[in-house]
Amino acid sequence: MNLSFRRKAVNAVMLTLTGVCTVLVAGSLLVILGYLAWNGLASLNVEFFTKLPTPPGEMGGGMANAILGSAKVLLVAMLIGVPIGFMAAVYLAEFGSGSFSGVVRYATDLLNGVPSIVIGIFAYAIIVLPMRHPSTFAGGVALGIMMIPIALRTTEEFLRAVPVSLREGAMALGASRSRTIFTVVIPAAKSGILSGLMLNLARVAGETAPLLFTTLGNPFWSVGWMQPTATLPQMIFTYAISPYDDWRRQAWAAGFVLLVLVLTVNAAARFTIGRTSARGRS
Amino acid sequence: MQSGEMSLSRRLRSGDPIAHTLTGMAASTILAITALLAYHLWVGSAEARETFGWGFITASTWDPVKEVFGALPFIYGTLATSFLALFIAVPVGLGAAIFLAELAPRGASDALTFMIELLAAVPSVVYGLLGLFLMVPFLQSTVVPALVAVLGFLPLFQGRFNGVSVFSAGIVLALMIVPFIVSVSREVLLAVPQDQREAALALGATRWETTWKVVVPYAMRGIFGSVFLALARALGETMAVTMVIGNKPQISSSILEPGYSIAAVIANEFAEAGGMHQQAIIELGLVLFVLTVLINGVARLFILSMKGGAK
Amino acid sequence: MTDNLDTMSPRQAREPEAQQSVTPGNPSGGAPYSKSTIKLSAEHLNFYYGDFQALHDVNLSVHEKQITALIGPSGCGKSTFLRTINRISETIRHTRVEGLITLEGSDILKMDVTSLRRRVGMVFQRPNPFPKSIYDNVAYGVRVNGIDKGKSLDEIVEQSLKRAALWEEVKDKLQQSALALSGGQQQRLCIARALAVDPEVLLLDEPCSALDPIATAKIEDLLFALKSQCTIVIVTHNMQQAARTADDTGFFLLGKLIEFDRTEVMFRKPSQKQTEDYITGRFG
Repeated sequence: MNLSFRRKAVNAVMLTLTGVCTVLVAGSLLVILGYLAWNGLASLNVEFFTKLPTPPGEMGGGMANAILGSAKVLLVAMLIGVPIGFMAAVYLAEFGSGSFSGVVRYATDLLNGVPSIVIGIFAYAIIVLPMRHPSTFAGGVALGIMMIPIALRTTEEFLRAVPVSLREGAMALGASRSRTIFTVVIPAAKSGILSGLMLNLARVAGETAPLLFTTLGNPFWSVGWMQPTATLPQMIFTYAISPYDDWRRQAWAAGFVLLVLVLTVNAAARFTIGRTSARGRS
Repeated sequence: MQSGEMSLSRRLRSGDPIAHTLTGMAASTILAITALLAYHLWVGSAEARETFGWGFITASTWDPVKEVFGALPFIYGTLATSFLALFIAVPVGLGAAIFLAELAPRGASDALTFMIELLAAVPSVVYGLLGLFLMVPFLQSTVVPALVAVLGFLPLFQGRFNGVSVFSAGIVLALMIVPFIVSVSREVLLAVPQDQREAALALGATRWETTWKVVVPYAMRGIFGSVFLALARALGETMAVTMVIGNKPQISSSILEPGYSIAAVIANEFAEAGGMHQQAIIELGLVLFVLTVLINGVARLFILSMKGGAK
Repeated sequence: MTDNLDTMSPRQAREPEAQQSVTPGNPSGGAPYSKSTIKLSAEHLNFYYGDFQALHDVNLSVHEKQITALIGPSGCGKSTFLRTINRISETIRHTRVEGLITLEGSDILKMDVTSLRRRVGMVFQRPNPFPKSIYDNVAYGVRVNGIDKGKSLDEIVEQSLKRAALWEEVKDKLQQSALALSGGQQQRLCIARALAVDPEVLLLDEPCSALDPIATAKIEDLLFALKSQCTIVIVTHNMQQAARTADDTGFFLLGKLIEFDRTEVMFRKPSQKQTEDYITGRFG
């Protein structure tokens, strides 16, 4: 009887603990969001989006240049990372076979696991060093390299999910391999590929480390693509570790804006492909 | 197989060789980038490697002025924070995964998992921000005094706690990696066939006993894989760590002391480093690169063997 | 060899149609057997999936503008044979063809495969419409092959849907997704899609196996109407279907063509014992 009681007690306690763990973890998200909203919203104003940063001590100022800078860097990143990842995925899913594909896959996984700071070193070596100055372009290259593995993985996953019967149907009508791919397979997979792109962008938008030595920072507007530029994550970092209250206040606002953007895009992308439940594969 | 009679213009119009070549080139580009990256890390640290040899990893003095570089404090800091993070995140993450896979009704499980997976999307710098201004004061005021009161006799918890420390970094890292453990573990637990559970329950086991003694062992390889994945992430984390670790290159037995991680020192010193200093930092990058490649490789092996084996 | 087949329309490449009449000995109204030309033939055809030989020394001739049915138990090579005719079997790796298959006397293995597939269309076992609109489905093959000269795409789509007996049901909703149609409608859509490129031969691989009896009957009626324009080869699991619809029937067993003859002969007085055993249901 004692044994049975002990077992039941252990059962109840352990199962409750697992629930506690879940609450802790899921609850942290709410705490994070809440605290950021609390501190960030209070400091958020129109100036944040429209004004340039001011030196410490001078009140006011905003992060308009950082917002634009982030957008520009992300654009470059997308133009570099997505085509390479996408095309390579088409190769792996439709044309590839054998050892070359295996090696490409391994290299992609490897690249995916490289810490972002190391990618920053790499981008510095191949872009900033030869050009002798930091730039938006260099930052875009760094982030673009980070986008490649994810673009490849999500594209390939959704291409493979398109049933063979659709491909055969097109080829039986006389469409060539590449025609079939571009007019039937890719359109059939497009919503998955698009949401993968959104997730990719959201992930990369928050990256700071690779930008530290590629875009560096800029208190003013960055003109064109070859000058150093401020970016939102970098400003958050710089301001947060500074000793100035006003700057810290702005760091909260920026953190809130960045988080809202990233989480919204993330949630929207995941929602459209219903990721949390078991993925349907045909 | 294909007809040899097709004219060249016809073949080009059909686009197959063009598409094959273009996409193949994209795939090759990835290989090139990866190879180039490893190459630059290797070449960019050549002098440092020659000068310090293996001593680089064992020496603990980091002096840019005297040009003496030893990586041990950073290796220590990286490993200490990461393992501390695992120490916290694995039980909590596994617990949550068990709850979500075995106990929660499907709808609630999906919703909660969705939320937890969103945690993985929070940028590192935001974690740093919260770590610095929310977590650290909280640790200073509440957690650490309690910890010291109970476990203060341990060398782990000696010394004054000034907020930024290995401990703080470990906690922040734990929060950052727990979503990976929850997400992957939950999936592998869900994949365990239902008849395994039924067999155990039919023998009179409690829900917990079934879960802990049958389901979790069945999924163990996948869970290990998730742990290694989380470890690999923790090792490379830069921003959040550098904001709360204290950035002091020292090795201490107490985790309440400040420390320094590889990624953090690279972030702080690379931009202004030249000559041997820069070489040493790139060598640190090389060390980090090799470390994460190895750990990711192990993780892959675990997860792949899970998919291939247990059925 | 130049691609002069590309500049002629498939119709022009065909021989002039033979006289057609309904006679007592020819209730299906197809061209009289002895005068019917051979559209497709296979000679000493062997087919391998890797090391496994799926077809052994198959020899048969498909007559023009007739319905030829291929029957036999599961896995005995009928679908494999069908798929070699339009070379769609090449999409699977490690397959090998030995022997000769001719379309109007020309070796299909030497032809440009996309031209071949324009002339020889295929309808699959499970309806596989593209996730596009009904219109775009039917138009797909036409757009890919760029056939139409003198006809508008709208006309071709309408004509094909009429030939597939689907026009009345979808004419008001051509822009709707094809996936919203019922199974039987989807299969007729796939037939319309295949017909849109004006093929000389239509291959159907158990087209009704996923459909209910009413949908099946509609498709069988459709085939009767089509055969005056198009040579039809149909693989079927359903012997009664073969008996109902086909002019010629071939019986496959374990990768070999056991017997091939007029349908009436096959079903009333088969010359091979195995054929008789299958037809009378001694095995299946």
